[in-house]
Amino acid sequence: MQSFAFVVNGAEIVVTVPPETPLLYALRNDLALTGTRFGCGDGLCGVCTVLVDGEPRWACQLRVWEVEAKRVETVEALIAEPRHPLVTEVLAGNAGQCGYCLSGILMQARALLDRTDGVPDRAAIATALAGNLCRCGAHGRILDAIERAARTIAEAA
Amino acid sequence: MSTLPAPVVAYPLISDWIRFEPDGTLRVRTGRVELGQGIATAMVQIAADALSVAPERVRLVSGDTREAPDEGVTAGSLSVSVGGVSLRFAALAARARLLERAAALLQSSTDALDIVDGEVRRSGMASDLTLWRLAEEVDLAVAITTDVPPVPHTLAPLPRADLLSRIAGGFIHDMRLPGMLHGRPVHPPALHARLLSVDVDALAARPGVAKVVRDGDFLGVLAEREDDALAAVAWATANAVWSDGPAESLDPVAHLAAADGEAEVVLLKGEPPAEGTRFSVEVSRPPLSHGSIGPSCAIAQWSEERLTVHCHSQAVYRLKAALAEVLGLDPATVDVIHRNGAGCYGHNGADDVALDAALLARAVPGRPVRVVWSRADEFGTAPVGAPMVTRATAIVANGRIEGFEATATSFTHSSRPGPGAPYLRSAYLIEDGVPIETPGDIPLAAGGGAERNAIPAYAIAYQRVAKRVVGDIPVRTSAMRGLGAFLNVTAIETLVDDVARALGEDPVAFRLAHLDDPRARAVVEAAADGAGWPGTSADGAAYGIGYARYKNRAGYCAVVARIEVEEDVRVTDAWAAVDVGEAINPDGVRNQIEGGIVQSTSWALKEAVRYEGDRVATRDWETYPILTFPEVPRITVRIVGPQDAPPLGCGEAAQGPTAAAISNALAEALGVRLTAMPFSREAIVAALSA
Ligand code: FES
Ligand code: FES
Repeated sequence: MQSFAFVVNGAEIVVTVPPETPLLYALRNDLALTGTRFGCGDGLCGVCTVLVDGEPRWACQLRVWEVEAKRVETVEALIAEPRHPLVTEVLAGNAGQCGYCLSGILMQARALLDRTDGVPDRAAIATALAGNLCRCGAHGRILDAIERAARTIAEAA
Repeated sequence: MSTLPAPVVAYPLISDWIRFEPDGTLRVRTGRVELGQGIATAMVQIAADALSVAPERVRLVSGDTREAPDEGVTAGSLSVSVGGVSLRFAALAARARLLERAAALLQSSTDALDIVDGEVRRSGMASDLTLWRLAEEVDLAVAITTDVPPVPHTLAPLPRADLLSRIAGGFIHDMRLPGMLHGRPVHPPALHARLLSVDVDALAARPGVAKVVRDGDFLGVLAEREDDALAAVAWATANAVWSDGPAESLDPVAHLAAADGEAEVVLLKGEPPAEGTRFSVEVSRPPLSHGSIGPSCAIAQWSEERLTVHCHSQAVYRLKAALAEVLGLDPATVDVIHRNGAGCYGHNGADDVALDAALLARAVPGRPVRVVWSRADEFGTAPVGAPMVTRATAIVANGRIEGFEATATSFTHSSRPGPGAPYLRSAYLIEDGVPIETPGDIPLAAGGGAERNAIPAYAIAYQRVAKRVVGDIPVRTSAMRGLGAFLNVTAIETLVDDVARALGEDPVAFRLAHLDDPRARAVVEAAADGAGWPGTSADGAAYGIGYARYKNRAGYCAVVARIEVEEDVRVTDAWAAVDVGEAINPDGVRNQIEGGIVQSTSWALKEAVRYEGDRVATRDWETYPILTFPEVPRITVRIVGPQDAPPLGCGEAAQGPTAAAISNALAEALGVRLTAMPFSREAIVAALSA
């Protein structure tokens, strides 16, 4: 076991875990942040997407030591009040069925909106989400919700 | 509403379904479980609407063998049409009895009474009576009857209440019980593989391993930390030695196409026409994976002679019986409780993982054990959607189809565990387990498995429909969204298009000429209208249509697909029209149809589980690609049909019509008919160069 210090959703934390622990399990089991999910463990489904220093990364592919002293953001930050417009719009549009894919999609969308000036077009949103799978087929509603959130943010800016 | 649905016959009392709790809530029980399809929201809607109480007051208890009714399997798009209707009967019966009592107390007629959020009003004026107060003095342990007055709907459709809590951690994967250990099975690479050797001591010595369980060919590890359990399983997977199967690779579709055993005739009506031109198609689909984004998961705990299992099974009572049988327990000592899983589209690994958890937890009495399958387990261990080959023939005379024959050849669509059916994966592995068996298919009277929707929806005098179920393959196959309907509708609808094209008829007009049922005609017309049929091919696009009434008795659905073919097929747009009778939650219906269209498109264009020898070679999302965000079509859904007709269910209605529409658009675009799914780039190249 070894201790690692990093920032999660704005709070400085220290976890004491085996050094090779994937960030995914440190978040889910040691920090009780269960919004970040396991789907494949292979970097192929995107449900474990978090932001590390603002960049979208697969938490299943990162070891805890790799985020030492970095800023990690998880979906819990988007859900917390004041709720991020992405979350508000997903809920308003019933943009999901089982909802398992949504945490990773929300984080990926947040990264896209953060790096885009103005409102990204639908094709750009879809391309940004190419690595995020949804098996329930809620894609259309999710794209709609992200477009609405992008407009809300652009109007507020 | 004249006859009582089967669940009400089995659970005849109002109090079996509804209880007014002292804290001002309404305890509503249903045997139907939330599978991500929004059924919990629909049930709350039904109960709150029928009793005129605020939806926030409803506490739904679903899929819990300790108290919810046993409604069998949540499947077949029956959740609303049977489960929801049952609940509405119970709620309306409760309302009628409580209002009768209120009328007596207020010396009023029941006609003058109304309810607003559980408070009784007389001629619009408040009284001090609430449903809860009335329920204290009215016996609700009485039989539900059919003679209760219907109540007009007043409640606007509810949004999905559970989505936010799901995002944050509302899945079984997120449950943490005190003292919980993480368990992982090491599954065999093939159905018949035996565990020849594994160094159990070395495995037990891996970092963090609390215990190794070996029981016959069942192998698993327990650890305090999930990451340690995973690392130990990776080591075991690399080091365990399993027996080999045949070297020749299993090709399920070729196996089915070559099957020549007797086919069972399930429908024969009319006489074959004396003469006519015969048109035939033979279509196939490979084994398909459920591919839920969240893997199968269960938590089991043995304590003081009881086994408690939390899981996302579609059928908690049936699983309870199967677990008891495999583990040699009295069923009365087993509790199975449904928890949220990721999307469920049929008989997946949810039941199997429950046995894995129970076997691992047995080694650590008193401690809960959570098991989450790996992605490879999802592809290689869970049952696959049954591969099929369907051959259909139309006999055409006088410009119309006068005769129809079909034979659906398939592996079983039904290997669900249940009483007397211990079909759980690891039950085949343990010492004193059960022999590997292939269960039979579902009979037509129950909706059919292989032959589901092999009966055309069209007015055709002569019809002969047969099924051939092949048993001898080393793969577990079972129910997946739509069962045989997905391929059979594709077969029928491509055949109808081929005939229309040969006769120089417009596919929509040709269908309408063969459809008597006005509701069927309305969905075909609405889908065509939505798409602006006939679409133009001038922009390099092609259009195709598919239609079916699910199970020939449930929801009506027509889909028009617009495709573009470059290197790959791209479905750019889909227009659907559905008639599901009363749409209890219209947005929920739309959501289900949209999801069905995306999934069916993915099955048709991309998906196949593949084998090396008898081992599943499909292991991850790279070897099993599904439709991604940049590839999904724009979808428009129109809900048509009588809103006063009984609800029909919609979850599976779009699977067949979507694939049929894509197949027909492809034939239009390419000038040749592709018959073997998936319609991949390789399949198109092969068809064009043939
Ligand atoms: S779980 Fe990390 S990408 Fe699938
Ligand atoms: S909503 Fe179920 S996987 Fe996306």
